[in-house]
Amino acid sequence: MNIVVLVKQVPGTDNVKMDPVTGVMIRSGKDTIINPLDENALAEAIAIKNSHENVKVTAVSMGPESAMKAIKEAIAMGADGGVLISGRAFAGSDTIATAKAIAAAIRKLGDVDLILCGERATDGETGQTGAMIAYYLGIPVATYVSAVEVKEGGVIVKRTVEGGFERVEIPFPVMVTVNKDINEPGFPTLKGKLKAKERAVPVYGPAELGLDPAELGLKGSPTRVVKVFSPKLSRDTIMKKADGTTGPVEEMMKFLAGKEAI
Amino acid sequence: MSTYVNANVEKEQKLSQYKGVLVFGEQKDGKILTVTYELLTRGRKLADDLGCELSCVLLGDEIDGLEEVVKRGADKVFFIKDAALKNFLPRPYSKAITKLCEELKPEVIVAAATTTGRTVMPLVAAMLDTGLTADCTELTVDADTRLLLQTRPAIGGNIMATIKTPDHRPQMATVRPKSAKPAAFDANRTGEVIVKKYEGATFFTPEKFLEYIKDTTQEVSIEEADIIVAGGKGMKNADGFKMVEELARILGAGVGATRDAVELGWTTYPHQIGLSGKTVAPKLYFAFGLSGKIQHLAGMQTSEVVVAVNKDPDAQIFKVADFGIVGDVFEVVPMMIEAFKNLKANA
Ligand SMILES: Cc1cc2nc3c(=O)[nH]c(=O)nc-3n(C[C@H](O)[C@H](O)[C@H](O)COP(=O)(O)OP(=O)(O)OC[C@H]3O[C@@H](n4cnc5c(N)ncnc54)[C@H](O)[C@@H]3O)c2cc1C
Repeated sequence: MNIVVLVKQVPGTDNVKMDPVTGVMIRSGKDTIINPLDENALAEAIAIKNSHENVKVTAVSMGPESAMKAIKEAIAMGADGGVLISGRAFAGSDTIATAKAIAAAIRKLGDVDLILCGERATDGETGQTGAMIAYYLGIPVATYVSAVEVKEGGVIVKRTVEGGFERVEIPFPVMVTVNKDINEPGFPTLKGKLKAKERAVPVYGPAELGLDPAELGLKGSPTRVVKVFSPKLSRDTIMKKADGTTGPVEEMMKFLAGKEAI
Repeated sequence: MSTYVNANVEKEQKLSQYKGVLVFGEQKDGKILTVTYELLTRGRKLADDLGCELSCVLLGDEIDGLEEVVKRGADKVFFIKDAALKNFLPRPYSKAITKLCEELKPEVIVAAATTTGRTVMPLVAAMLDTGLTADCTELTVDADTRLLLQTRPAIGGNIMATIKTPDHRPQMATVRPKSAKPAAFDANRTGEVIVKKYEGATFFTPEKFLEYIKDTTQEVSIEEADIIVAGGKGMKNADGFKMVEELARILGAGVGATRDAVELGWTTYPHQIGLSGKTVAPKLYFAFGLSGKIQHLAGMQTSEVVVAVNKDPDAQIFKVADFGIVGDVFEVVPMMIEAFKNLKANA
């Protein structure tokens, strides 16, 4: 069984800069982590590998060359190998252009049964790429998944939806996007780190993926960022200091009654 | 030069075929969900600004009260009826919506940023080869260009980005549930309810919906709650956090928590609010002993009224609060519990 895990490199802090002209995020490569929910996806893939025979896990990432770090980390945590999609032509890709490129890379890998990724990434936060990749691969998708049961020929997933859970049965090949409830991600092992060092990871550009550069990057992206601005955080706050009396709380009650909030 | 001009004319002709606003309503067990009426509020405004029709599409097997969708603002309601659409499955749903879009050619599609909307819209966008902007907080129309301006928080709410889709149609966006009021009922409104049946194997899918299990561990689901009482690390320990739960019980509110409170095991992940937790937009949000880091604010800053208690006067949470009390939660929160108990007893 072949499993692909998508790992996106995201900023590890909230000090992120945006290019004021193009509205595209400036990625410095320093201070990056694997998108936390992708770590859950990776942990799930490795758990499946450990409990089933003949499972191969490949980590796929798209990003600048520094995203190689994310793949090496995935290998250190137990993935068998990886593929990096990288090149100038991909810069500025929105979700649809990104999905096309990643789908092409997965297709190049051959027979893949299960694709796992985080339900969304902490930087872009759109939660769209997983489903779009499924469309380009022509396979079903299950989102917001908090449990995966691998059976003969497919999976039964538990989706966390508004007010409860859904169970859905889906045959392979399938794309599954996971949430945080699914597991506790592990840590890289020393053996894994050594393996990651040695393992060669191919880097695919548009040519290797047989993609038309017009479909990639900013050119291939239907959406355009036209403006970025700081959210107006401040409200007209009424501030009171606790003084041991019920005074401030009484004032709050009056305020809430005035706002018809209670 | 002339080919360039021709290309532009062609593009404009292509884009100008698209007319009208379409919202994607949701049902569960044949009952129309409130979020549908919130979308009608958004949709009606956009349709009025664009001077076009507002349509609403609903998918299912049997659906009650389709007339109400008209009474709340839709000019046309399309009910795509098929046994395969009874429960949500991404493939049949996205195919059905895409089919309708190919017929209607709407200029704008708005869906809710629910687990359903956020799953099906990316598929529809890919099928129609157009752009999609997730989780918008604001949608407006540029009067000159008729373009939809989609504003959403990015990078954990650190910045807001306005996005447009200049050369592709439809222009698609999802909006957060609870970020608009449900459209008012107007008994005099008229419109059409159109039942669509697409025969054939259109909705065949290898996926099988097995069951829906209601989550009984959460008394009040925080996405649905009008009031949320949230606590952070300042509640000190699991015992302290019980104050948060007590006030929530008195108010019939949902219990919210920061990541730290969840990681310390005081409550469970479904209660986590923020970047890696849930996004909520209740009428009233209580923030107790939490600092208001940007990742937490990302999930709650669209709450209507925010009350914060923190002993640090410079805590970031006060920046998004309407009413702040600088003080110890162990002093102030018990007073609030008393006050609300009295309020209830006298109501
Ligand atoms: C990628 C990423 C994703 C994240 N996702 C989330 C998320 O989804 N949700 C989330 O919440 N966080 C998230 N975080 C973590 C976030 O950055 C903060 O660490 C977290 O929100 C802080 O939680 P807190 O406010 O409970 O704790 P702290 O920041 O430690 O704040 C505790 C507050 O309590 C106050 N306090 C202490 N004692 C008292 C008392 N007796 N009375 C009154 N006030 C008191 C203090 O003054 C302080 O302001 C994320 C971080 C990263 C990097």
